[in-house]
Parts: sequence; C-alpha cells; structure tokens
Amino acid sequence: MTKIIEPKKQRNIFSRPSSETGIWSWITTVDHKRIGIMYGYAAFFFLLVGGLEALLLRIQLSQPDNNFLSAAEYNAMFTMHGTTMIFLAIMPISAAFFNYLLPLQIGARDVAFPRLNALSFWIFIAGGLFLYSTFLFGTAGAPEGGYLDEEVSRLASAPNGGWFGYQPNAGLKYSPGTAMDYWAIGLQILGIASLVSAFNFITTILNMRTKGMRLMRMPVFTWMTFAVSFLLAFSLPIIAIALFFVTFDRQFGTTFFLTEGGGDPVLWQHLFWLFGHPEVYILILPAFGIVSEVLPTFSRKPLFGYPAIVFAGFGIAFIGFGVWAHHMFASAISPVAQAGFGLSTMIIAVPTGVKIFNWLGTIWGGKLTLNTPMLFALGFIGMFVIGGLSGVTHSVVPADTQQTDTYYIVAHFHYVLFGGALFGIFSGLYFWFPKVWGRMYNETMGKIHFWLMLIGFNVTFGPMHWLGLQGQVRRTWVYAEETNLGFWNLIVTIGAFILAVAILVFMANWIYSRRKGEKAPFDPWDARTIEWSIPSPTPVWNFSKAPEIKSLDDFWHQKYGEDEDGRAVRREGTDELLLKLEEEGLNPDEEIHLPSPSYFPLILAFGLPFLGYAIIYKSVPLALVGVILLLIGGFGWGTEPLEEEFETSEENPDAKESSTYE
Amino acid sequence: MPKNLLPMSDAHAYPHEPTGVETRKLGFWIFLSTEILFFGTLITTFLIFKGRDFPGIKLTDVYDIPFTSVSSFVLLMSSLTMVLAHNALETDDQEKTRVWLLATAMLGAVFLAGQIYEFTEFYHKGFELSTNIFSSTFYVLTGFHGLHVFIGVVLLLALWGVGQRQRGLSLNEGMNLEFIALYWHFVDIVWIVLFTVVYLI
Amino acid sequence: MQIKKFLKTRHLMLCSFLFITACIENAPLDSLSPAGPYARTIDDLFWLTFWIAVVIFFIVQGALLFSVFYFKDSPDKPEPKQIHGNNFLEILWTIIPVIILASIAVPTVRTIFDLAREPEDALKIEVIGHQWWFEYKYPDFEITTANVLVIPEDTPIRLEMWSNDVLHNYWVPKLNGKRYLVPGQKTYLNLHADNAEEFWAQCGEYCGLSHSKMRGRVLSLSQSDFDSWVMNQQKNAANDLDQNSLAYEGQQVYLNAGCTQCHVIDGVWDVQGEQIAPNLTHFGIRNVFAGAALKNNPENLTKWLANPAQIKPGTFMPNLELTEREIEALIEYLGTLK
Repeated sequence: MTKIIEPKKQRNIFSRPSSETGIWSWITTVDHKRIGIMYGYAAFFFLLVGGLEALLLRIQLSQPDNNFLSAAEYNAMFTMHGTTMIFLAIMPISAAFFNYLLPLQIGARDVAFPRLNALSFWIFIAGGLFLYSTFLFGTAGAPEGGYLDEEVSRLASAPNGGWFGYQPNAGLKYSPGTAMDYWAIGLQILGIASLVSAFNFITTILNMRTKGMRLMRMPVFTWMTFAVSFLLAFSLPIIAIALFFVTFDRQFGTTFFLTEGGGDPVLWQHLFWLFGHPEVYILILPAFGIVSEVLPTFSRKPLFGYPAIVFAGFGIAFIGFGVWAHHMFASAISPVAQAGFGLSTMIIAVPTGVKIFNWLGTIWGGKLTLNTPMLFALGFIGMFVIGGLSGVTHSVVPADTQQTDTYYIVAHFHYVLFGGALFGIFSGLYFWFPKVWGRMYNETMGKIHFWLMLIGFNVTFGPMHWLGLQGQVRRTWVYAEETNLGFWNLIVTIGAFILAVAILVFMANWIYSRRKGEKAPFDPWDARTIEWSIPSPTPVWNFSKAPEIKSLDDFWHQKYGEDEDGRAVRREGTDELLLKLEEEGLNPDEEIHLPSPSYFPLILAFGLPFLGYAIIYKSVPLALVGVILLLIGGFGWGTEPLEEEFETSEENPDAKESSTYE
Repeated sequence: MPKNLLPMSDAHAYPHEPTGVETRKLGFWIFLSTEILFFGTLITTFLIFKGRDFPGIKLTDVYDIPFTSVSSFVLLMSSLTMVLAHNALETDDQEKTRVWLLATAMLGAVFLAGQIYEFTEFYHKGFELSTNIFSSTFYVLTGFHGLHVFIGVVLLLALWGVGQRQRGLSLNEGMNLEFIALYWHFVDIVWIVLFTVVYLI
Repeated sequence: MQIKKFLKTRHLMLCSFLFITACIENAPLDSLSPAGPYARTIDDLFWLTFWIAVVIFFIVQGALLFSVFYFKDSPDKPEPKQIHGNNFLEILWTIIPVIILASIAVPTVRTIFDLAREPEDALKIEVIGHQWWFEYKYPDFEITTANVLVIPEDTPIRLEMWSNDVLHNYWVPKLNGKRYLVPGQKTYLNLHADNAEEFWAQCGEYCGLSHSKMRGRVLSLSQSDFDSWVMNQQKNAANDLDQNSLAYEGQQVYLNAGCTQCHVIDGVWDVQGEQIAPNLTHFGIRNVFAGAALKNNPENLTKWLANPAQIKPGTFMPNLELTEREIEALIEYLGTLK
C-alpha cells in the first residue's frame, strides 16, 4: 500500500505553498520535471517570437530596395531574432531537456539543488521578460548628431546593435536610448540563470548518480549535459564581465571600448567571442546528446564507439575555448594569429567528424525504425554535415575573408544551429513525448512536420550560401537591384514560410496528441536507458527505489542478451520483468520525501529585473524594490528548510492523481 | 565540525554521493572555480591596458603603497581570524566561534573602510571612474573585489547574529560557516593577486 | 499520364531556366569572379577546399542514405548484431581527416602570409571609414575624395585604413577579401586589378542604421587615364563663375545654406576641424554619391537634397529645407565640379 506523505504546515514569511494542482503548484514547484516542462513551453514561446521576427526580416528582403520595414525596425528585428533564438529559445529548450531527463537518466530523485533549479528557471523568465519589456519602455534612435526621417516605432525601440553588440557601435554615442541597456542587462540576468543551472547540473551529475552509475555508464545525453554545464560555467563569467564593461561605458562614462579614453573596441570582440564560440557548442552539444540516444534506440544496436563519442564531445568543448578569433579573421589581428586560429579551427573538425562517423557506424547494419524522432535524427546528421563542411571553408582564413559577414555565414550557422541543434531538439521532443505525457504523438503528422521542415529548411538556408558568395552582406536592410540578388532572396523568403507551416503542423500535433493521443506504454520504443524503465508519464517520485546500474544501456541489457552471432535476443521473462517494473514504478513501498515547493526562488528572481530598471533609469526606489525582493527571497530561502517535516498517512487518492501532469 | 554527525543538507537527500564530497560543498567549489574566471577576465583586461601608451593620469600618480599595504595586511589577518573561528567551531567552543566571526567581519569592514578612503582620495586627485582607461579598469577591478568583501562581511555578520540569538550554531549553520570561510579565504587570495598586479608590478 | 508528364518536364525546364538566369546574370559583388591576383589566390584556395568538401559531402550523405534504405526495418529482418565499436575504425577516421585538413592547412597558412605582405612599389592610399561612406586619401598626390576609389590598372595598391567612428569592413569582392576599419588602429589591405574596370565595394560589418547603404565603387583606369585623373584632382574648383548663371546661384546656396558646416570644396571653402562629410571638389565626375547608394544624376540629387534622412536613415546631413529653386541651382553647381 502506498504511503502518501503530507507536509506539516509551518510558518515562515509566507506559509509554505501547499497546492499540488493548479497554477500555484507550478509556480512554486521545485520538481525538476515540472521545471523542465515550464522551460520547454517558455522556450517554445520565445522560439515562435524569434521565428516571427525572422519572417519580418525575410519579407523585407524578399525584393530589392524594399520598404516593408524601416532601417531602424530591421536592425532591431535582426538583433532580437539572434538574441532571442540563442538565449531565449535554444538554450532554455536544452535546459528543458537537461532538467527533465538528467535526474531520470542517472537514477536520481531530483537535481542536487531543487530550489536553485527553480531559481534558474525564474531568473530566465525574469530576464526574458526584462529583455522584451524594451518593446514597451525602450528607446532608440540615430547616432549622436544623426537624423531620422520618421518617428522611431515601438518595433524599432528594441536593441539594435546586433546580438554580438560590437563596440563602439553598441555604445551610447552610436546607439543612444535605453534599448541597448535592456540588451546588456537582460543578457546579464539570463547569464545568471544559466550559470546557476550549470553549478546545479555539474553537482548533480557528480554526486547524484545512483548505485553502479559510473561515469562511463552514463547515457551520452548526460555526458553532453555535463560538457555543456562546464562550457557555461567557464564561458559565462567572461561575457558577464564584458557586459559589465558595456553597462559601465553606457551608464557611467567609462571608456573600456572607446578609443577616446584609451579603450579598445577589439577587446570587446575578443571577450565576446571567448564566450561566443563556446556558446555555439553550448547550443549544439545537447542535440549531439539527443541523437546519440535516438539513433541506437531505433537502430536496435548499441551506440558505435561510446567512449569515442564521449571524448570527442569533451574534445570539442575543450578546443572550443581556443578558436574564438576565427570570428575575427577580417578584424585587426595579425597574420600569425590568423594562421593559429585557422589551424585550431581545422582541428576542431576532427572530433566533430569522429562523432558523425560513429553515428553512421551506429545505424550501419542496424534495423532502422523510420519514425519521426529517427527521421529528425537522421536529418540532423545530413544537415549538420553540410554546416560542418561549410565551417571547414571558414577555417581557410583567406577564403573566410571573402565569406565573413556575408549570407554564406548565415547559411553556415543556420545549418549548424537549425539543421543541427533544432532538428536534434525536435527529435528529442518526439522521442520523449510519451515519457513526459503518457501519450503517443501522431506519427503521420510528425512525418509531415519532418518533411515540410526538411524542405523548408533547405529552401530557406541553402540559397543563402549562394547569396553570400554573390556578395550579399549580413544585417543588410536593403540590397540594390543591380546586385542581382533578388531572385534567390525571394526563394529564401518562400522557404521561410514553408518552415512556418511546418511549425504550425508541429504545434497542431502537440496539442492534439496531448489530449487525444493514444495512451503510451512505459517503454514504447523498446529503449535502452533507465528513464524508460519507469511508468509514463513519469511519477513525481521518479524511481520507486534507487535503481542499481550494472552496465551501459542498463535497461536494454535487462531485456536483451546476445546469441552466439552477437545478435540481440530477448531474454526469457522480459515480459514479466516489464510488468513488475510498471507495478513497482507506480507503487513505491517506501516513504518518499520530496523537496517541498517554495515561493522564494520566484521572489528572488524577480528582484533582478528591478535592479536592471534601477540601473537604466538611475532610480533609487526601483533599486530599493529590487533589493527588498532579493532580501525577502534570500532570507526566506535561508530560513526555510528544504523539506517540511512529514507525517505519514494512509493512501490518499487525490494525492496520487497529482502525480501526473494532466 | 565533528565528522560523525551529518549536516542537514540543502541538497536533496539521496543514498550516496559517488564523489565522496558533500553535495553542497561540491556545488560551492564549482561556484568558486567560476569566480576565478570572473576575476581572471577583469585582471586580464587590467593588464592589457596597463602597458598601453595613453596620455593622462595613471594609478602610479595617485596611489599610496604603504597605506594599501596596511589595509592588505588587515585583510590577511582576517583570514587568520576566520581559521580561528572555524577551529573554535570544530572544538565546539561556541563562544569563541562567535568572537572570531565578529573579529573577521570587523577586519573585513576595516579593509572596506580603507578602500573607500582610498577611492575618495583618488577621486579628489582627479583619478575618477571615467577619467581614462587606467582609472576605469582600476575601479572596476578593485571595486568588484570590494563588493565580494562586502558580501562576505554581510554573511559573517548574519552568521554571527544567528549564533548570538541562538547562543550557538547548529550543525547546518556550521556547514554555512565552512562555506563562508572558503569564500573568505578565496577573496583574500584574490586580493593578494590584485595587490601584486595592480600596485606592485 | 501524358499531360502529367508534360507538366512535369515543363516545370523542370522552368526551374532550370530560372536557375540559370539567376546564376549567370552579372552580380557586381560576386566573390567568385576574381579580377586580380589577390582575389584569384583566394578563389583558388576556396575551390580547393570546396571540392574536398564536396567529396566528403557525397561520401557521408551517401553512407547515410544507403543506410536508411538498406537497413530499413522490414518484418523478416533479424535482430542486428550488437557491435559496440571498432578501435581500428576510430583511429582511421581520426587520422584521415587530419591528413585532409593538413593538405588544406599548408596552402592556407602560406596564403595568409602572402596576402598580408606589403607589395613592392605599391601605391599607398588611405581609407577612412565614416558612418556611412568611405573617404580616400592619396598621400603621394595630396588628394582627398570619397565613395569612388580610383586606382591604376595592373598596379599593386596598399590601403592603410582606419575608422572615424565605429567598426567598418572594407570589401571589394572581386579584388580581395575583407578587412576591418577600426577606430584608433590601422589595418592594411592590398588590392590589384588586372584591367581597367569598375568594381563594387560594400561595408561588411554592421555599422549602424544605414550599414546596408554604405557602399562604394572602385574604378580601375589605365595608367594614362589615372595620371590625368590625378592631375585633375589636384586642381581646385573654379571660383570665377558667371554671376548670372544658375551655377553661381548654386554656389551661393552652398556657401550660405549650411553646407559649409561639413563639406569642403577646395578653392572655395575649407572646413575647420574634423571632416565628417565628403569633399565635394570634384563631385561632378563621381558616378555615385551618398555612400555610393545613389547614382549621380539630377533626379537622385533632388531626392537626396530634399530629405537626406529618407534615403540614408541616421545620416549626419540635415534636411536644410531647401526650396526647389535652391535645389535646382545646387545641382547645377555640383555638376560643374568636375
């Protein structure tokens, strides 16, 4: 019989949140699964916003000398598109996967610091809202002394210095108004969120592994989470300091990046890309992890060269800190530096290649199930290879001086970050859909989504290679008719709308399947890792008892052995094992203590944007509000125990209901 | 802290910790390792500009090494009192723990007062935050460190306050003392680096 | 069936027709049609890399597609062999890429240093980036001009570049790769045009509101044409216009309406201090203006003078509220500045 435990009420600043369903149960949750789901939805929302911005950009570029957007609007849109997609869409959607899956894959009940986890999420939300509040409150305009023909619209009142914020253009003199301050401080806040979650995930992986889960038995997705967390932990401090400098330059008249006072604009480039290049791997490594789970599952073969894939991942992460200046080949750096960074960039292609070949080795000789997640994973390989190869042409420095700052680069990194990261993410969204929701997605719609996306993606970003080589520069509001770039730009715009349709199909599938999808069995894919050995949807307590791991792909080896030819053979009694696992998974026979929900991460997190506004508007009252929120949050947090004391009661049907997120 | 008693951890209780390091402590060490990068970036920026040829007032025109040496010594001493506080807690001498905690906080406050005095002096000599790149890098670097000292002092005082109210620190709070000590020593070591980089070379 | 087939072929033909027209039409910023030795070196290196990439592309995509079709699940397929890896293969696909990359790396490094070297007997020209136009100075000839860089054909040119405000990026795709213009620092770029020809230039780095309209022209002339161009540039503008002419009226507008705040016309007016606007002394022989965003003709000039910010958002040229008559006169005067 299940013993359900109810927390005793205790008084703190507020009485402890106690609802288990409804909106407050989500807002105050510290459950890694709920936080993961919220990360996912929030990130998807921002993905839609960023996509909408991209569509506006594409309409403007669909014909030469177009006037759909003004220059100010266009510049704001591409800045926000880049910033949104990187910091508010891909990074948090990866965080959604980390949060939901990491504890499940290592057999833990939650992350190491559940409240800190909630704090990361709420800081991310606070930072995202802060950044986007620029559309309401921000101001932008012509550089000091310059003239504009028209009023700056609300659409143009957003940051407009590019996601890379090159100085001195993004400084106060050339980007007056508050929009770029929203950008600098907004990124600062978002950085805190990622930094905190990086501490949390590293600690979780090191210390929360269940019995027998040695490092070299961890699923590759967990390994990639580990690598990404290190990248975050060591690259975000650099950008944080650089953004401090920007804020000081803009707000307090310092001259870190202004030659007038002895500063150096190239220093910003170095600092930004010292962060910015590892950031690229922060975006792509989670997708590497996801496809490394999906491919073996649907090939019914183990991952080819597991240690090689793991080490290659860390090799990429490590070398990723030594290639930053390849973003600056045309900038003021010496030929020696050009040669050095060109070579290091070539070297990073080697571990990347190792990964691709190992994935091919995984599907080679397998028995491939071509369902939606598998299609996306295969599409990922195909598209990522293109992005990787165009990347090699960038490492050839002289050729890169032709390509840099053109649409060729835009094509390259969209093949890596859209064809790569986003295809991987969609693969993962379909793959784990049954585990999260306990229902199956619609396979037909999934396949339509995949094909539309593959076609739309290539129609959008394929011609951009050509446009770049034909001389279309990046961040260009208009291009002259005489450059003869109009035709392919129109094709690209059409492709962008195909992509939009693909996303609509995905959303329809999601909404439909969440409500009407078939009930999912707990192991629908005959999968390999232990998150599939527990019921779908995952119970609040994850594992009824801590699993003990005996090998890599432990769950698979519980189900399958090998015959003398080395072929997989289902063990006798596997059916009974599965029935037993499901029974056990739903009915834990020991008391389970879960961390109790808390208000304080939320309160603490929302102190930060107030401090941001206070800096921008030099307002003491706003600063006070911020500090008070931080103090309430911090004090409440410090004095609130993680778990309430529990009383044990007999079975309570309501509580059981709340274990699924319907 | 007595080894046989496990503190109530903020980390979620779980059967075992494969690394053998208490989870909260592990998290804290990772936090400190990123702090190195924060200071590393600031110090690198300072050094990049230090050698640049740019007209205008420089730190060497305004600084007073003997004064800063004294305040640096004060900060170093606070590391000693921090160790004493930690020792006192390990021998369960609650009274002494609080005394040394307060002493550490006071020494930290003296250092901060010295820094404020120094900044004011520099300001009056025309070495302001936005004067030139030398002043900007100096204030942001030492100010960032000063902020760390300030946070440390606040934490020390808070812990002292808790101890004072309860007439002793619980095991969990003892764990906090260990973290604050780690942090405090870290901030001290950073200052030794800063003092060398900024004032001496 | 027939109709369907017909439609299909016609559709295909249409597509390929569009493809070809779009490809063969002249693109003035095309980086793949080099017109000088520097651009050619880069082009060769690019194609070397490109063809290597194409081979790898077909191998990898081929293996991928083959696997998808050949190893696709079918009902009678047995469970696959459980292969965990192969160390020999791992070493192989580490070493082969290293060898391939090394074969690209060697010419890459050599070309980097070749391109950076200052050519002997090069003509030195200074390029100064402004929001949103390029200024050119010829220190040997004491010439200052804007928007159109005039160079002699088949002669190495050494550009010494810096920026007056934000980062810019100088790019003449048919002559060389890009190089940044940085405030407070000098950067260098070599150009060399085979023939007398006109090239397009474009600022590559995002530099604010009108970045997309920060363009340029490079005019390569035969040596004799270049020499006479230099001779002409060194002359001052005429200051003895017929007082009854429209051009004279235009000159008065230039002198009195506010243009003289920023624009120099040698022999007529010199601006004190920093020059933030193009020197107009020989405006009439430049074929483009306003950061090479507009062709130099009366129609465009009228639009520009009536409201500069409408053409180049953020421009530092104010709307001087000129009357139609004043604009007409000014255009007449600018036309005389040959």
